[in-house]
Amino acid sequence: MVRRVMNPVFSVIARQSERLTQWALPIGIITAWEALSLAGVIPLRVLPAPTAVIAAAWKLTLSGELLRNIWVSFWRAIVGFFIGGGIGFALGLANGLSRRSERIFDSTVQMIRNIPHLALIPLVILWFGIDEEAKIFLVALGVFFPIYVNTQHGVRTVDEQLIEMGRAYGMSPTTLFWCVIFPGALPSIFVGLRYALGIMWLTLIVAETISASSGIGYMAMQAREFLLVDVVVLSILIYALLGKLADSTARLLERWCLSWHPAFQPTIETDA
Amino acid sequence: MTVQALRRISDFVEPVPTPDRGEARGDGLAVTIHQLRKSFGQNQVLRGIDLHISAGEFVAVVGRSGCGKSTLLRLLLGLERPSGGHFRFGDQVGRAAPTGAVRIMFQEPRLLPWASVLANVEVGLGDERASANAQERALATLREVGLEDRRDHWPSVLSGGQKQRVALARALVSRPQVLAFDEPLGALDALTRISMQRLVERVWAGQRFTAIMVTHDVAEAVTLADRVLMIEQGEITLDQRIDLRRPRERGSPEVAALEGRILRALFRNAAAGEDA
Repeated sequence: MVRRVMNPVFSVIARQSERLTQWALPIGIITAWEALSLAGVIPLRVLPAPTAVIAAAWKLTLSGELLRNIWVSFWRAIVGFFIGGGIGFALGLANGLSRRSERIFDSTVQMIRNIPHLALIPLVILWFGIDEEAKIFLVALGVFFPIYVNTQHGVRTVDEQLIEMGRAYGMSPTTLFWCVIFPGALPSIFVGLRYALGIMWLTLIVAETISASSGIGYMAMQAREFLLVDVVVLSILIYALLGKLADSTARLLERWCLSWHPAFQPTIETDA
Repeated sequence: MTVQALRRISDFVEPVPTPDRGEARGDGLAVTIHQLRKSFGQNQVLRGIDLHISAGEFVAVVGRSGCGKSTLLRLLLGLERPSGGHFRFGDQVGRAAPTGAVRIMFQEPRLLPWASVLANVEVGLGDERASANAQERALATLREVGLEDRRDHWPSVLSGGQKQRVALARALVSRPQVLAFDEPLGALDALTRISMQRLVERVWAGQRFTAIMVTHDVAEAVTLADRVLMIEQGEITLDQRIDLRRPRERGSPEVAALEGRILRALFRNAAAGEDA
């Protein structure tokens, strides 16, 4: 990028328009979609117009159904995430720090990891029925592995030289962990976190469409039975938004926790 | 073996009286090394080092790569355990030095990238980090190396020389009595290096700690040290006093003469084609 001395007002506008660029494509697609629907190119039975989806959303909001279902799905996602992520994080730390712990647990975990967790759905239904436990269990299982693997990897790959420095400067094991090992592992832990959030929604969607009596996935399946295409599309869009929200939260957290990392530092303006 | 080594030294340099000048410095801690040995498996890295470093003395250790000079520092810091022999700090019998009394500056800055410059200096305080005046002390030391205005910056935005200055501040903040340098200036460009050498000499003169600097650069050793030791194949083969007046001028005839003398000794036993 060519950097020139710019009029400050102009550079503010330029920066704002740069930020808006990412929205240009989605807005363009939706506009084209609406236009094609109005023109009758896309049959309503295949894809309803965006305005029809918004109308469906409004109707379901008024009846309270939409918010209730979003809340149920959100709750399942969060609970499953904290259970699976918590266990994965703890085990990842333990196996990263202790060779003995790794010898005991790691190969078992790796074996289980190679089973696609969604393949367990029939078994999980047999165990838990279609109650909350089933969905939370699946989400927890899906989230566990990326958090586990990346936490362990992060702890393992902390700069040896820094650990040696810590020891040479008389840090106790606890201080060494909090001042050197944990912050050093954090970038890798965040990679696992963002990956886990993706798996969290994926698992929940599948679990809810197969076996549920509430939630967004259930709403979509019900709508399919009554041929309410607009509600089906709405459900998919809500999943997309929730996924984006989770990812943005993780990014924000990452930016805040890793502000020391060169990748997250604002570029130094040479002409400032 | 040691007797032979000593004889070789006496062949080479005139006998040096035990320095009494160093003892008077006061704040440093004398280091006595007795028959220190270290092997890694079959590989004998140090084969019985005997050495007395007076309190407040500045000793430079030169030698070819892999001669064991860095291992000596690591043993001193307690990062490795000796295979035999022991060392003594001051008059204390026993291996361990008082906490915070021995500090090291590594070849790399080894700053914590997630801690501010000031917090990195505070690392050097060890257990005293929780004390009330910790920040004040860190700040004062940072001022000493001329980086007070960078206190809140991340290490990643500093230049190589600035990072090493922060590392120096971290090493100095606990007011160590022995400071070990493991080629800390090796990765710096020539100009930064000279200004760092001046800084190291200045703080050493001010704080009177005992300094042990491992270096590849013989000129650096001659400019800074009271005494230059050469280690070859795990033994001390040269113990050269440098009695030049400070501040010493790089490239002055006296410095150059001593440098040439040590370099010749370094290369005398080197087979052709081996790197120094």
